[in-house]
Amino acid sequence: MDLSVRIGSLTLKNPLIAASGCFGYGVEYADVVDLSTLGAIVSKGLFLQPREGHPAPRIVETPAGMLNAIGLQGIGARRFVDEKLPELRARGATVIVNVCGTTLDEYVEVSRVVSDAEGVNAIELNISCPNIKEGGIQFGCSLAGTFEVVSAVRKATRLPVIPKLTPNVTDVASFARAAEQAGADAVSLVNTFLAMVIDVETRRPKISNVVGGLSGPAIRPIAVRMVYECRQTVKIPVIGIGGIADARDALEFMIAGANAVQIGTANFVDPFIWPKVLSGIQDYMQRHDIGRVADLVGTLDTRAQDTEWISS
Amino acid sequence: MPIDVAARVIANRPLSSDYNVLALEAPAIASEAAPGQFVMVKPGAGRDPLLRRPFSVFEILRDAGGAPSGISILSKNIGPSTELIYRARLDQTVDCLGPLGRPFTIVDPPTDAWMIAGGVGLAPFATLAQALRARGVRTTLFYGARRAAELFYLDFFRALGVDLALTTEDGSLGERGRIVAPLDRRLASLDRASPVMLYACGPEGMLAATAKSAMKHGRACQVSVERIMGCGLGGCYSCVVPVRSDAGGFHHVRSCISGPVLAADQIVWS
Repeated sequence: MDLSVRIGSLTLKNPLIAASGCFGYGVEYADVVDLSTLGAIVSKGLFLQPREGHPAPRIVETPAGMLNAIGLQGIGARRFVDEKLPELRARGATVIVNVCGTTLDEYVEVSRVVSDAEGVNAIELNISCPNIKEGGIQFGCSLAGTFEVVSAVRKATRLPVIPKLTPNVTDVASFARAAEQAGADAVSLVNTFLAMVIDVETRRPKISNVVGGLSGPAIRPIAVRMVYECRQTVKIPVIGIGGIADARDALEFMIAGANAVQIGTANFVDPFIWPKVLSGIQDYMQRHDIGRVADLVGTLDTRAQDTEWISS
Repeated sequence: MPIDVAARVIANRPLSSDYNVLALEAPAIASEAAPGQFVMVKPGAGRDPLLRRPFSVFEILRDAGGAPSGISILSKNIGPSTELIYRARLDQTVDCLGPLGRPFTIVDPPTDAWMIAGGVGLAPFATLAQALRARGVRTTLFYGARRAAELFYLDFFRALGVDLALTTEDGSLGERGRIVAPLDRRLASLDRASPVMLYACGPEGMLAATAKSAMKHGRACQVSVERIMGCGLGGCYSCVVPVRSDAGGFHHVRSCISGPVLAADQIVWS
Protein backbone atom coordinates (compact mmCIF):
# COMPACT_ATOMS: atom_id res chain seq x y z
CA MET A 1 0.00 0.00 0.00
CA ASP A 2 1.58 3.28 -1.11
CA LEU A 3 0.69 6.16 1.20
CA SER A 4 3.20 8.62 -0.20
CA VAL A 5 2.13 11.88 -1.80
CA ARG A 6 4.06 14.48 -3.73
CA ILE A 7 3.89 18.21 -3.04
CA GLY A 8 6.01 19.78 -5.77
CA SER A 9 9.52 18.42 -5.36
CA LEU A 10 8.74 17.19 -1.87
CA THR A 11 7.60 13.61 -1.27
CA LEU A 12 5.70 12.99 1.98
CA LYS A 13 5.56 9.48 3.40
CA ASN A 14 1.84 9.91 3.98
CA PRO A 15 -0.75 12.66 3.45
CA LEU A 16 -1.15 13.70 7.11
CA ILE A 17 0.37 17.03 8.10
CA ALA A 18 0.20 18.78 11.47
CA ALA A 19 -1.29 22.24 10.88
CA SER A 20 0.49 25.45 11.80
CA GLY A 21 -0.44 26.90 15.16
CA CYS A 22 -1.86 23.59 16.29
CA PHE A 23 1.32 21.65 16.99
CA GLY A 24 3.62 24.20 18.67
CA TYR A 25 7.07 23.81 17.16
CA GLY A 26 6.60 20.04 16.98
CA VAL A 27 8.98 19.33 19.85
CA GLU A 28 6.10 19.76 22.32
CA TYR A 29 4.55 16.59 20.89
CA ALA A 30 7.70 14.47 20.68
CA ASP A 31 6.69 12.51 23.80
CA VAL A 32 3.26 11.54 22.51
CA VAL A 33 3.81 11.16 18.76
CA ASP A 34 6.67 9.65 16.77
CA LEU A 35 7.25 12.76 14.66
CA SER A 36 8.87 10.73 11.88
CA THR A 37 5.54 8.94 11.25
CA LEU A 38 3.77 12.13 10.17
CA GLY A 39 3.77 13.23 6.55
CA ALA A 40 5.08 16.56 7.80
CA ILE A 41 4.69 19.07 10.57
CA VAL A 42 4.13 22.78 9.99
CA SER A 43 5.72 25.06 12.57
CA LYS A 44 3.92 27.84 14.35
CA GLY A 45 4.04 31.01 12.27
CA LEU A 46 7.41 32.74 12.46
CA PHE A 47 8.37 36.35 11.94
CA LEU A 48 11.93 37.63 12.01
CA GLN A 49 11.51 38.85 15.60
CA PRO A 50 9.85 37.18 18.60
CA ARG A 51 6.25 38.23 19.33
CA GLU A 52 4.24 37.95 22.53
CA GLY A 53 0.80 37.75 20.92
CA HIS A 54 -2.51 38.70 22.50
CA PRO A 55 -3.44 38.50 26.20
CA ALA A 56 -5.62 35.61 27.42
CA PRO A 57 -8.38 34.64 26.90
CA ARG A 58 -7.23 33.59 23.47
CA ILE A 59 -9.74 30.86 22.67
CA VAL A 60 -13.37 30.05 23.24
CA GLU A 61 -15.26 26.92 22.34
CA THR A 62 -18.06 27.20 19.77
CA PRO A 63 -20.57 24.65 18.43
CA ALA A 64 -18.36 21.78 17.16
CA GLY A 65 -15.44 24.15 16.91
CA MET A 66 -13.38 26.85 18.50
CA LEU A 67 -12.50 30.47 18.00
CA ASN A 68 -8.91 31.60 18.51
CA ALA A 69 -6.91 34.79 18.44
CA ILE A 70 -3.45 33.88 19.68
CA GLY A 71 -1.83 36.79 17.86
CA LEU A 72 1.05 34.78 16.41
CA GLN A 73 3.08 34.52 19.60
CA GLY A 74 6.40 33.10 18.47
CA ILE A 75 10.12 32.88 19.09
CA GLY A 76 11.22 34.28 15.71
CA ALA A 77 12.81 32.48 12.79
CA ARG A 78 16.40 32.48 14.05
CA ARG A 79 15.62 31.02 17.45
CA PHE A 80 13.48 28.39 15.75
CA VAL A 81 16.41 27.40 13.57
CA ASP A 82 18.83 27.36 16.52
CA GLU A 83 16.67 25.87 19.26
CA LYS A 84 13.95 23.71 17.69
CA LEU A 85 15.13 22.55 14.30
CA PRO A 86 18.01 20.35 15.56
CA GLU A 87 15.63 18.25 17.66
CA LEU A 88 13.11 17.99 14.83
CA ARG A 89 15.87 16.86 12.52
CA ALA A 90 17.15 14.33 15.07
CA ARG A 91 13.66 12.90 15.38
CA GLY A 92 13.29 12.48 11.64
CA ALA A 93 10.47 14.98 11.18
CA THR A 94 9.65 16.42 7.78
CA VAL A 95 9.48 20.13 8.54
CA ILE A 96 7.48 22.84 6.81
CA VAL A 97 8.09 26.29 8.25
CA ASN A 98 5.16 28.70 8.38
CA VAL A 99 6.65 32.02 7.28
CA CYS A 100 5.04 35.31 8.34
CA GLY A 101 5.83 38.91 7.56
CA THR A 102 4.58 42.42 8.12
CA THR A 103 6.24 43.56 4.89
CA LEU A 104 7.31 41.94 1.65
CA ASP A 105 10.93 42.27 2.76
CA GLU A 106 10.25 40.43 5.99
CA TYR A 107 8.65 37.48 4.16
CA VAL A 108 11.73 37.29 1.96
CA GLU A 109 14.15 37.61 4.87
CA VAL A 110 12.42 34.96 7.01
CA SER A 111 12.32 32.67 3.97
CA ARG A 112 16.07 33.14 3.49
CA VAL A 113 16.80 32.41 7.16
CA VAL A 114 14.90 29.14 7.11
CA SER A 115 16.13 28.17 3.63
CA ASP A 116 19.72 28.43 4.84
CA ALA A 117 19.01 26.05 7.70
CA GLU A 118 19.50 22.32 7.42
CA GLY A 119 16.33 20.31 7.93
CA VAL A 120 13.64 22.59 6.51
CA ASN A 121 11.73 20.82 3.74
CA ALA A 122 9.28 23.49 2.57
CA ILE A 123 7.86 26.93 3.29
CA GLU A 124 4.21 27.59 4.00
CA LEU A 125 3.52 31.29 3.46
CA ASN A 126 1.17 32.70 6.04
CA ILE A 127 -0.81 35.28 4.09
CA SER A 128 -4.03 34.50 5.87
CA CYS A 129 -3.86 34.99 9.64
CA PRO A 130 -7.06 36.86 10.53
CA ASN A 131 -5.89 37.85 14.00
CA ILE A 132 -3.24 40.49 13.67
CA LYS A 133 -3.62 43.95 12.23
CA GLU A 134 -0.39 44.18 10.31
CA GLY A 135 1.00 41.50 8.08
CA GLY A 136 -0.35 38.50 6.39
CA ILE A 137 -3.89 38.97 5.51
CA GLN A 138 -3.49 42.24 3.61
CA PHE A 139 -1.44 40.19 1.18
CA GLY A 140 -3.80 37.24 1.29
CA CYS A 141 -6.94 39.29 0.66
CA SER A 142 -5.64 40.91 -2.52
CA LEU A 143 -4.87 39.04 -5.73
CA ALA A 144 -2.03 41.44 -6.52
CA GLY A 145 -0.64 41.12 -2.98
CA THR A 146 -0.77 37.34 -3.16
CA PHE A 147 1.01 37.34 -6.50
CA GLU A 148 3.60 39.80 -5.23
CA VAL A 149 4.56 37.98 -2.03
CA VAL A 150 4.62 34.53 -3.63
CA SER A 151 6.78 35.84 -6.51
CA ALA A 152 9.23 37.48 -4.12
CA VAL A 153 9.63 34.42 -1.91
CA ARG A 154 9.79 32.16 -4.96
CA LYS A 155 12.90 34.06 -6.07
CA ALA A 156 14.47 33.88 -2.60
CA THR A 157 14.35 30.13 -1.97
CA ARG A 158 14.79 26.76 -3.63
CA LEU A 159 12.40 25.13 -1.17
CA PRO A 160 8.83 24.34 -2.20
CA VAL A 161 6.64 27.40 -1.52
CA ILE A 162 3.10 26.77 -0.28
CA PRO A 163 0.92 29.85 0.30
CA LYS A 164 -1.78 29.23 2.91
CA LEU A 165 -4.99 30.80 1.71
CA THR A 166 -7.68 32.56 3.69
CA PRO A 167 -11.33 31.61 3.26
CA ASN A 168 -12.32 35.19 4.06
CA VAL A 169 -12.59 36.15 0.38
CA THR A 170 -15.37 35.87 -2.18
CA ASP A 171 -13.58 33.53 -4.58
CA VAL A 172 -10.75 31.53 -3.04
CA ALA A 173 -9.96 29.75 -6.32
CA SER A 174 -8.85 33.02 -7.90
CA PHE A 175 -6.27 33.34 -5.11
CA ALA A 176 -5.06 29.81 -5.77
CA ARG A 177 -4.66 30.79 -9.44
CA ALA A 178 -2.72 33.95 -8.53
CA ALA A 179 -0.43 31.86 -6.33
CA GLU A 180 0.09 29.31 -9.09
CA GLN A 181 0.89 32.03 -11.61
CA ALA A 182 3.44 33.49 -9.18
CA GLY A 183 5.26 30.17 -9.02
CA ALA A 184 3.81 28.50 -5.93
CA ASP A 185 4.49 24.76 -5.71
CA ALA A 186 1.19 24.11 -3.95
CA VAL A 187 -1.49 25.91 -1.98
CA SER A 188 -2.88 25.01 1.44
CA LEU A 189 -6.39 25.95 2.51
CA VAL A 190 -8.29 26.97 4.48
CA ASN A 191 -7.03 29.12 7.31
CA THR A 192 -9.68 30.05 9.87
CA PHE A 193 -12.92 31.94 9.28
CA LEU A 194 -13.11 35.37 10.89
CA ALA A 195 -15.76 35.13 13.59
CA MET A 196 -16.78 36.33 17.04
CA VAL A 197 -18.49 35.17 20.22
CA ILE A 198 -20.13 37.47 22.77
CA ASP A 199 -20.98 36.85 26.43
CA VAL A 200 -24.50 38.28 26.52
CA GLU A 201 -24.53 38.61 30.32
CA THR A 202 -21.54 40.93 30.37
CA ARG A 203 -21.89 42.09 26.71
CA ARG A 204 -18.18 41.51 26.36
CA PRO A 205 -16.36 39.54 23.64
CA LYS A 206 -15.22 36.13 24.85
CA ILE A 207 -11.66 36.57 23.59
CA SER A 208 -9.38 39.51 24.21
CA ASN A 209 -8.92 40.35 20.52
CA VAL A 210 -12.74 40.69 20.11
CA VAL A 211 -12.66 38.74 16.81
CA GLY A 212 -10.80 35.55 15.98
CA GLY A 213 -10.53 32.62 13.64
CA LEU A 214 -13.07 29.79 13.65
CA SER A 215 -11.82 26.22 13.23
CA GLY A 216 -12.89 22.66 13.91
CA PRO A 217 -15.57 20.32 12.49
CA ALA A 218 -18.03 23.22 12.20
CA ILE A 219 -16.15 24.65 9.21
CA ARG A 220 -15.36 21.39 7.39
CA PRO A 221 -18.09 21.42 4.71
CA ILE A 222 -17.16 24.95 3.68
CA ALA A 223 -13.48 24.03 3.55
CA VAL A 224 -14.21 20.94 1.44
CA ARG A 225 -16.13 23.09 -1.03
CA MET A 226 -13.25 25.57 -1.25
CA VAL A 227 -10.69 22.80 -1.82
CA TYR A 228 -12.96 21.42 -4.55
CA GLU A 229 -13.13 24.83 -6.24
CA CYS A 230 -9.35 25.23 -6.13
CA ARG A 231 -8.85 21.73 -7.53
CA GLN A 232 -10.99 22.72 -10.52
CA THR A 233 -8.92 25.85 -11.06
CA VAL A 234 -5.22 25.03 -10.54
CA LYS A 235 -2.84 22.25 -11.56
CA ILE A 236 -0.51 22.52 -8.55
CA PRO A 237 -1.13 20.32 -5.50
CA VAL A 238 -3.74 21.43 -2.98
CA ILE A 239 -3.38 20.73 0.74
CA GLY A 240 -6.79 20.53 2.43
CA ILE A 241 -7.37 21.96 5.90
CA GLY A 242 -10.49 22.53 7.93
CA GLY A 243 -12.03 20.50 10.75
CA ILE A 244 -10.59 17.09 9.94
CA ALA A 245 -11.15 14.84 12.95
CA ASP A 246 -11.03 11.31 11.54
CA ALA A 247 -10.13 9.25 8.47
CA ARG A 248 -13.47 9.86 6.73
CA ASP A 249 -12.95 13.60 7.00
CA ALA A 250 -9.46 13.31 5.54
CA LEU A 251 -10.72 11.11 2.71
CA GLU A 252 -13.48 13.62 1.96
CA PHE A 253 -10.88 16.33 1.36
CA MET A 254 -8.76 14.04 -0.80
CA ILE A 255 -11.71 13.00 -2.94
CA ALA A 256 -12.57 16.69 -3.34
CA GLY A 257 -9.04 17.23 -4.67
CA ALA A 258 -6.60 17.56 -1.79
CA ASN A 259 -3.23 15.86 -2.38
CA ALA A 260 -2.55 15.96 1.35
CA VAL A 261 -4.38 17.22 4.42
CA GLN A 262 -3.59 19.09 7.59
CA ILE A 263 -5.05 18.32 11.00
CA GLY A 264 -5.22 21.12 13.54
CA THR A 265 -7.97 21.53 16.09
CA ALA A 266 -8.61 17.77 16.37
CA ASN A 267 -5.02 17.30 17.51
CA PHE A 268 -5.87 19.41 20.57
CA VAL A 269 -8.70 17.06 21.43
CA ASP A 270 -6.72 13.89 20.73
CA PRO A 271 -2.94 14.16 20.41
CA PHE A 272 -2.89 10.45 19.55
CA ILE A 273 -5.05 11.05 16.47
CA TRP A 274 -2.33 10.49 13.84
CA PRO A 275 -2.02 6.68 13.75
CA LYS A 276 -5.82 6.40 14.06
CA VAL A 277 -6.46 8.52 10.95
CA LEU A 278 -3.69 6.81 9.03
CA SER A 279 -4.96 3.31 9.77
CA GLY A 280 -8.48 4.45 8.88
CA ILE A 281 -7.21 5.58 5.49
CA GLN A 282 -5.44 2.24 5.02
CA ASP A 283 -8.62 0.33 5.89
CA TYR A 284 -10.50 2.39 3.32
CA MET A 285 -7.88 1.74 0.66
CA GLN A 286 -8.07 -1.97 1.36
CA ARG A 287 -11.88 -2.00 1.19
CA HIS A 288 -11.86 -0.05 -2.07
CA ASP A 289 -8.87 -1.86 -3.52
CA ILE A 290 -6.77 1.27 -3.88
CA GLY A 291 -3.03 0.65 -3.96
CA ARG A 292 -1.81 4.23 -3.99
CA VAL A 293 -3.44 6.91 -1.87
CA ALA A 294 -2.48 9.46 -4.52
CA ASP A 295 -4.95 7.73 -6.86
CA LEU A 296 -7.79 8.92 -4.64
CA VAL A 297 -7.09 12.59 -5.17
CA GLY A 298 -9.83 14.45 -7.00
CA THR A 299 -11.90 11.33 -7.69
CA LEU A 300 -15.21 12.97 -6.86
CA ASP A 301 -17.97 11.49 -9.00
CA THR A 302 -20.22 14.34 -10.06
CA ARG A 303 -22.13 12.54 -12.78
CA ALA A 304 -25.75 13.55 -12.78
CA GLN A 305 -27.38 12.14 -9.71
CA ASP A 306 -29.85 9.47 -10.75
CA THR A 307 -32.96 8.65 -8.84
CA GLU A 308 -31.67 5.68 -6.84
CA TRP A 309 -30.64 7.82 -3.89
CA ILE A 310 -34.06 9.41 -3.83
CA SER A 311 -35.91 6.11 -3.66
CA SER A 312 -33.52 4.46 -1.19
CA MET B 1 4.80 11.10 29.43
CA PRO B 2 1.06 11.74 29.57
CA ILE B 3 -1.34 8.84 29.11
CA ASP B 4 -4.79 9.00 27.51
CA VAL B 5 -7.27 6.73 29.26
CA ALA B 6 -10.89 5.98 28.38
CA ALA B 7 -11.64 6.18 32.08
CA ARG B 8 -14.69 4.48 33.58
CA VAL B 9 -16.75 6.60 35.95
CA ILE B 10 -16.65 4.75 39.28
CA ALA B 11 -18.48 7.37 41.33
CA ASN B 12 -20.16 10.71 40.83
CA ARG B 13 -20.92 12.52 44.04
CA PRO B 14 -22.77 15.82 43.92
CA LEU B 15 -21.57 18.18 46.67
CA SER B 16 -24.11 20.92 45.95
CA SER B 17 -26.38 22.06 43.13
CA ASP B 18 -23.33 22.90 41.02
CA TYR B 19 -20.27 21.16 42.50
CA ASN B 20 -19.50 17.46 42.10
CA VAL B 21 -16.64 15.03 42.58
CA LEU B 22 -16.19 12.63 39.68
CA ALA B 23 -14.13 9.51 40.36
CA LEU B 24 -12.42 7.89 37.39
CA GLU B 25 -10.72 4.53 37.00
CA ALA B 26 -7.24 5.46 35.78
CA PRO B 27 -4.48 3.58 37.60
CA ALA B 28 -1.74 4.60 35.17
CA ILE B 29 -2.48 8.30 35.69
CA ALA B 30 -3.04 7.90 39.43
CA SER B 31 0.34 6.28 39.96
CA GLU B 32 2.16 9.10 38.14
CA ALA B 33 0.30 12.21 39.30
CA ALA B 34 2.00 14.67 41.65
CA PRO B 35 0.19 17.37 43.68
CA GLY B 36 -0.61 20.36 41.45
CA GLN B 37 -0.73 18.41 38.20
CA PHE B 38 -3.84 18.28 36.05
CA VAL B 39 -5.70 16.14 33.55
CA MET B 40 -7.53 17.09 30.33
CA VAL B 41 -10.99 15.53 30.39
CA LYS B 42 -13.35 15.12 27.43
CA PRO B 43 -16.72 15.05 29.11
CA GLY B 44 -18.72 13.67 26.19
CA ALA B 45 -18.06 11.59 23.11
CA GLY B 46 -18.40 13.19 19.71
CA ARG B 47 -17.69 16.66 18.40
CA ASP B 48 -19.89 18.94 20.44
CA PRO B 49 -18.69 19.95 22.94
CA LEU B 50 -15.39 19.51 21.18
CA LEU B 51 -12.53 20.41 23.48
CA ARG B 52 -11.25 18.80 26.63
CA ARG B 53 -11.32 20.70 29.90
CA PRO B 54 -8.45 20.97 32.38
CA PHE B 55 -9.02 19.75 35.95
CA SER B 56 -6.60 19.53 38.84
CA VAL B 57 -6.19 16.00 40.16
CA PHE B 58 -8.36 16.26 43.30
CA GLU B 59 -7.80 12.87 44.96
CA ILE B 60 -5.69 9.79 44.25
CA LEU B 61 -7.99 6.79 44.71
CA ARG B 62 -6.53 3.54 46.00
CA ASP B 63 -7.65 -0.08 45.92
CA ALA B 64 -7.96 -2.32 48.98
CA GLY B 65 -4.25 -3.06 48.81
CA GLY B 66 -3.35 0.64 48.72
CA ALA B 67 -2.29 0.70 45.06
CA PRO B 68 -3.33 3.76 43.01
CA SER B 69 -6.49 2.85 41.08
CA GLY B 70 -7.90 6.15 39.90
CA ILE B 71 -8.32 9.85 40.40
CA SER B 72 -11.14 12.19 41.20
CA ILE B 73 -11.78 15.69 39.93
CA LEU B 74 -13.65 18.52 41.65
CA SER B 75 -15.89 20.29 39.14
CA LYS B 76 -18.12 23.35 39.27
CA ASN B 77 -20.92 23.40 36.74
CA ILE B 78 -20.46 26.57 34.71
CA GLY B 79 -21.26 25.51 31.13
CA PRO B 80 -22.09 22.67 28.73
CA SER B 81 -18.93 20.63 29.43
CA THR B 82 -19.09 20.87 33.20
CA GLU B 83 -22.83 20.14 32.95
CA LEU B 84 -21.87 16.80 31.35
CA ILE B 85 -19.33 16.25 34.15
CA TYR B 86 -22.04 17.00 36.72
CA ARG B 87 -24.48 14.57 35.06
CA ALA B 88 -21.94 11.81 34.26
CA ARG B 89 -23.33 8.34 34.85
CA LEU B 90 -21.68 5.38 36.54
CA ASP B 91 -19.78 3.10 34.14
CA GLN B 92 -19.76 5.55 31.26
CA THR B 93 -16.26 6.41 30.06
CA VAL B 94 -14.65 9.80 29.67
CA ASP B 95 -11.33 10.40 27.94
CA CYS B 96 -8.78 11.56 30.48
CA LEU B 97 -5.27 12.68 29.46
CA GLY B 98 -2.57 13.17 32.05
CA PRO B 99 -0.88 13.77 34.32
CA LEU B 100 0.13 17.13 32.89
CA GLY B 101 1.96 20.25 33.97
CA ARG B 102 4.46 21.17 36.65
CA PRO B 103 3.50 20.21 40.20
CA PHE B 104 3.92 22.12 43.45
CA THR B 105 7.34 22.13 45.07
CA ILE B 106 6.72 20.47 48.42
CA VAL B 107 8.49 21.88 51.47
CA ASP B 108 9.92 20.02 54.46
CA PRO B 109 9.89 20.89 58.17
CA PRO B 110 10.66 23.24 59.78
CA THR B 111 8.96 25.23 57.00
CA ASP B 112 5.22 25.49 57.50
CA ALA B 113 2.75 25.30 54.61
CA TRP B 114 -0.22 27.60 54.19
CA MET B 115 -2.65 26.64 51.44
CA ILE B 116 -5.02 29.36 50.24
CA ALA B 117 -8.09 28.14 48.36
CA GLY B 118 -11.02 30.00 46.82
CA GLY B 119 -14.08 28.05 45.67
CA VAL B 120 -13.25 25.30 43.17
CA GLY B 121 -9.61 26.30 43.75
CA LEU B 122 -9.67 23.75 46.57
CA ALA B 123 -8.98 21.08 43.95
CA PRO B 124 -5.16 20.74 44.09
CA PHE B 125 -4.95 20.90 47.88
CA ALA B 126 -6.24 17.49 48.92
CA THR B 127 -3.23 15.70 47.44
CA LEU B 128 -0.88 18.50 48.45
CA ALA B 129 -2.07 18.32 52.06
CA GLN B 130 -1.47 14.56 52.10
CA ALA B 131 2.06 15.00 50.74
CA LEU B 132 2.86 17.78 53.21
CA ARG B 133 1.47 15.93 56.22
CA ALA B 134 3.33 12.75 55.20
CA ARG B 135 6.53 14.79 55.55
CA GLY B 136 5.40 16.14 58.91
CA VAL B 137 4.90 19.69 57.66
CA ARG B 138 2.58 21.85 59.81
CA THR B 139 -0.15 22.77 57.35
CA THR B 140 -2.95 25.34 57.39
CA LEU B 141 -5.75 25.64 54.86
CA PHE B 142 -7.18 29.13 54.32
CA TYR B 143 -10.39 28.36 52.48
CA GLY B 144 -13.02 30.80 51.28
CA ALA B 145 -16.34 30.29 49.49
CA ARG B 146 -19.62 32.07 48.91
CA ARG B 147 -21.46 30.24 51.69
CA ALA B 148 -21.05 27.46 54.26
CA ALA B 149 -22.62 24.86 51.98
CA GLU B 150 -19.80 25.43 49.48
CA LEU B 151 -16.97 24.71 51.91
CA PHE B 152 -16.24 21.07 51.10
CA TYR B 153 -14.10 18.28 52.53
CA LEU B 154 -13.45 20.06 55.82
CA ASP B 155 -13.41 16.74 57.71
CA PHE B 156 -10.93 15.33 55.19
CA PHE B 157 -8.47 18.11 55.97
CA ARG B 158 -9.13 17.96 59.73
CA ALA B 159 -8.45 14.20 59.69
CA LEU B 160 -5.05 14.91 58.12
CA GLY B 161 -4.25 17.31 60.95
CA VAL B 162 -4.57 20.41 58.78
CA ASP B 163 -5.55 23.61 60.61
CA LEU B 164 -8.46 25.43 59.00
CA ALA B 165 -9.12 29.15 58.56
CA LEU B 166 -12.46 29.62 56.85
CA THR B 167 -14.32 32.54 55.34
CA THR B 168 -17.68 32.86 53.61
CA GLU B 169 -18.96 35.85 51.70
CA ASP B 170 -22.29 35.67 53.54
CA GLY B 171 -20.77 34.94 56.96
CA SER B 172 -22.58 31.59 57.27
CA LEU B 173 -19.38 29.83 58.39
CA GLY B 174 -16.08 31.22 59.62
CA GLU B 175 -15.21 34.86 59.11
CA ARG B 176 -17.39 36.98 56.82
CA GLY B 177 -15.55 38.23 53.74
CA ARG B 178 -12.73 37.10 51.52
CA ILE B 179 -9.99 34.66 52.46
CA VAL B 180 -7.11 37.04 51.82
CA ALA B 181 -8.10 39.16 54.86
CA PRO B 182 -7.24 36.53 57.51
CA LEU B 183 -4.23 35.44 55.46
CA ASP B 184 -2.85 38.97 55.41
CA ARG B 185 -3.36 39.35 59.19
CA ARG B 186 -1.61 36.06 59.91
CA LEU B 187 1.28 37.01 57.63
CA ALA B 188 1.59 40.38 59.40
CA SER B 189 1.78 38.76 62.84
CA LEU B 190 4.12 35.92 61.84
CA ASP B 191 7.62 35.95 63.33
CA ARG B 192 10.10 36.95 60.61
CA ALA B 193 12.26 33.95 61.51
CA SER B 194 9.44 31.41 60.98
CA PRO B 195 9.73 29.91 57.51
CA VAL B 196 6.48 29.41 55.60
CA MET B 197 5.58 28.49 52.03
CA LEU B 198 2.31 29.73 50.58
CA TYR B 199 0.32 27.73 48.03
CA ALA B 200 -2.69 29.38 46.35
CA CYS B 201 -5.41 28.37 43.91
CA GLY B 202 -8.65 30.15 43.11
CA PRO B 203 -10.15 33.02 41.15
CA GLU B 204 -7.69 35.40 39.48
CA GLY B 205 -8.56 38.31 41.80
CA MET B 206 -7.94 36.16 44.87
CA LEU B 207 -4.62 34.97 43.45
CA ALA B 208 -3.52 38.52 42.69
CA ALA B 209 -4.44 39.67 46.22
CA THR B 210 -2.68 36.65 47.73
CA ALA B 211 0.42 37.32 45.66
CA LYS B 212 0.41 40.97 46.71
CA SER B 213 0.09 40.05 50.38
CA ALA B 214 2.84 37.43 50.12
CA MET B 215 5.19 39.88 48.41
CA LYS B 216 4.39 42.61 50.94
CA HIS B 217 5.41 40.28 53.76
CA GLY B 218 8.37 38.84 51.90
CA ARG B 219 7.02 35.28 51.68
CA ALA B 220 7.38 32.83 48.82
CA CYS B 221 4.11 31.82 47.19
CA GLN B 222 3.34 29.18 44.58
CA VAL B 223 0.10 29.75 42.68
CA SER B 224 -1.80 27.30 40.50
CA VAL B 225 -3.34 29.43 37.75
CA GLU B 226 -6.49 28.62 35.85
CA ARG B 227 -6.73 29.43 32.15
CA ILE B 228 -8.88 28.34 29.25
CA MET B 229 -6.82 25.60 27.66
CA GLY B 230 -7.06 24.06 24.22
CA CYS B 231 -4.71 21.11 24.43
CA GLY B 232 -2.79 20.92 27.72
CA LEU B 233 0.42 19.96 25.92
CA GLY B 234 1.87 23.28 24.75
CA GLY B 235 0.54 23.05 21.22
CA CYS B 236 -2.07 25.78 21.04
CA TYR B 237 -0.68 28.73 23.05
CA SER B 238 -4.13 29.50 24.49
CA CYS B 239 -3.40 29.38 28.21
CA VAL B 240 -0.69 31.99 28.52
CA VAL B 241 0.31 33.95 31.62
CA PRO B 242 2.46 37.11 31.47
CA VAL B 243 5.64 36.64 33.52
CA ARG B 244 8.45 39.09 34.19
CA SER B 245 11.40 39.02 31.83
CA ASP B 246 15.01 39.37 33.00
CA ALA B 247 15.41 42.36 30.69
CA GLY B 248 12.29 44.04 32.11
CA GLY B 249 8.87 43.86 30.57
CA PHE B 250 7.11 40.53 30.29
CA HIS B 251 6.79 37.45 28.17
CA HIS B 252 3.95 34.96 27.83
CA VAL B 253 4.46 31.43 29.15
CA ARG B 254 2.06 28.56 28.57
CA SER B 255 0.45 27.63 31.88
CA CYS B 256 -0.02 24.02 30.69
CA ILE B 257 3.70 23.25 30.44
CA SER B 258 5.43 26.07 32.35
CA GLY B 259 2.66 25.83 34.99
CA PRO B 260 -0.02 25.52 36.16
CA VAL B 261 2.09 26.11 39.28
CA LEU B 262 4.08 29.33 38.97
CA ALA B 263 5.93 31.56 41.43
CA ALA B 264 3.54 34.36 42.39
CA ASP B 265 6.24 37.04 42.22
CA GLN B 266 7.08 36.12 38.62
CA ILE B 267 3.58 36.78 37.30
CA VAL B 268 2.58 40.22 36.02
CA TRP B 269 -0.74 40.62 37.83
CA SER B 270 -3.27 42.84 36.05
